[in-house]
Amino acid sequence: MYKSFRAALSKELEKCAKLYPDLVVLNADCARALQLSNFTKRFPDRMICVGISEADMLTTAAGLSAAGMLPVVVGFSMFTTAKPFEQIRQAIAYPNLNVKIIATHAGLCVGKDGATHQILEDIAIMRTLPNFKIFVAADVSETSSAISAMLLHDGPAYLRLGRDMAQDIFEEGKDVKVGGSDVLRQGKDVAIVACGLMVEQSLKAAEILKADGIDATVINAYSLKPLDSATIIQKAKENGAVITAEDHSIIGGLGGAVAELLASSYPVPMEFVGVKDLFGESGEQDELYRKYGLTAEDIAKAALRAMDRKDRSVQNV
Amino acid sequence: MSRQIEFLQHKAKNIRLDILEMIYNAKSGHLGGSLSMVEALVALYFDVMNYDPKNPERIDRDRFVLSKGHTAPALYATLAAAGFFPREWLMTSFRGINSKLQGHPDMKKTPGIEMTTGSLGIGLSAANGMALASKIKNIPYKVYCMIGDGETNEGQIWEAAATASHYKLNNVIAFIDENRLQNDAQTLEVKDMDSQINKWESFGWHTQQIDGHDYLQIFGAIDYANICTDRPSLIVLRTIKGKGVTFMENAVEWHGKTPSKEEYERAKAELS
Repeated sequence: MYKSFRAALSKELEKCAKLYPDLVVLNADCARALQLSNFTKRFPDRMICVGISEADMLTTAAGLSAAGMLPVVVGFSMFTTAKPFEQIRQAIAYPNLNVKIIATHAGLCVGKDGATHQILEDIAIMRTLPNFKIFVAADVSETSSAISAMLLHDGPAYLRLGRDMAQDIFEEGKDVKVGGSDVLRQGKDVAIVACGLMVEQSLKAAEILKADGIDATVINAYSLKPLDSATIIQKAKENGAVITAEDHSIIGGLGGAVAELLASSYPVPMEFVGVKDLFGESGEQDELYRKYGLTAEDIAKAALRAMDRKDRSVQNV
Repeated sequence: MSRQIEFLQHKAKNIRLDILEMIYNAKSGHLGGSLSMVEALVALYFDVMNYDPKNPERIDRDRFVLSKGHTAPALYATLAAAGFFPREWLMTSFRGINSKLQGHPDMKKTPGIEMTTGSLGIGLSAANGMALASKIKNIPYKVYCMIGDGETNEGQIWEAAATASHYKLNNVIAFIDENRLQNDAQTLEVKDMDSQINKWESFGWHTQQIDGHDYLQIFGAIDYANICTDRPSLIVLRTIKGKGVTFMENAVEWHGKTPSKEEYERAKAELS
């Protein structure tokens, strides 16, 4: 069943507002677009709209946190990470303030709004900030759990969500923890490390590979920072080839993070499924995924390429 | 605490000497804009503001945010004089490795620093956040914010000005240290932002313009700002960059220059 990221966001924030009396939500004129009208109605004093001024919003959140509040900044990822990046660095990450950023509309999944709204760089830039924890949710259950986990954690955190709907992958109340991951499928030939909407595609890719007699491991790396290093290294050892899959640039995102990890611990042949140093464009999500190589078939092909190099490297030895 | 002008002048004199000493000692730092705002800091920390240096995290304390973070030496010298940390730190721990007094204010390293700043344009937004927290939690306190006149080139200052006005943050009192010089040249040459008063007034702020080196005017303006309860308040401090050292006054090169030994001796003699 497909469910809406935004509906999950709204529901979870209303729940958390009751649990955390100091929680306030900040937005830059997108509360309605994020379907938070109900939150605004229920907690009018705890919904702060600064207008369309994201730099001001992120720094105001820092001030609220410095004065003992628990600010949660919501918005579209492009304008909530990249646009106010310097403010996030200076006023939140550096002083290690307890500010949460939850952003929807990340990746090509934005669709028809086109390249200006399809951020493919947010994981790459946010990952460079010390103190920040980063989560990417694959479905609505994981969205709710990730919000709970990031509020429990004392320090800055970023949650990346898609624009619209996600196929259910997890039961309600799935486990999310800082530095965690899920091994969704245990194989022996190739490990697919995925996040967000590409987890669904990776599970489909594993089925395609199975038809060819290839047994793939699928890991949901929902904690981008810190990565679940132990699990990823373990699966690299067991499978001997690793591919990553993300609705993000292949530069600096999940692929970059896994490559950095394995290069310095257990190098194996790798392939990267993601947007290949390009900007997106307008179109339906599935059309864009096909054009830019983010489908289950693309993941399966990448798996074969990585496995091919694994076999050659074994022969060379 | 005290509106005895002689007492405040004595404090200001010592703070100016400390600013000179620490920048000369560190061979790095921003003299001109530190010296221009000393009277405002002295008025705030030795009379106006409610705080306890022994309990710097007290929840109902008044807050001061130095948006023009490069002039940290003036704030460090003031915080030391106010008892937040030992005065020795000024000479042993400014801009050096492992220091508690970073080149720009760091709220996690220095007692009494309310907000990490240094990148221009961000302080007023942070001050607004603190002021909003006071309203939401219903814990009354004031938030003071010092902005550079050159700094108002930054668009975020105007975003924050609109936010404070929209939320009627009457617990925000912002100052502009209008010393009329910025890094490269006169503010009017770099980007003409005149008139600050008209701009802030049109953004919905209560505005005043005073001599930023005159304690009676500073106290008068803050008292007046406190009476104005329906909006945030701006006080433009007409100041002299490099105030107190004749060859530094109104001289653009003293924005970030370190004095030679001879210049240091001359400046010290003038300030003493």
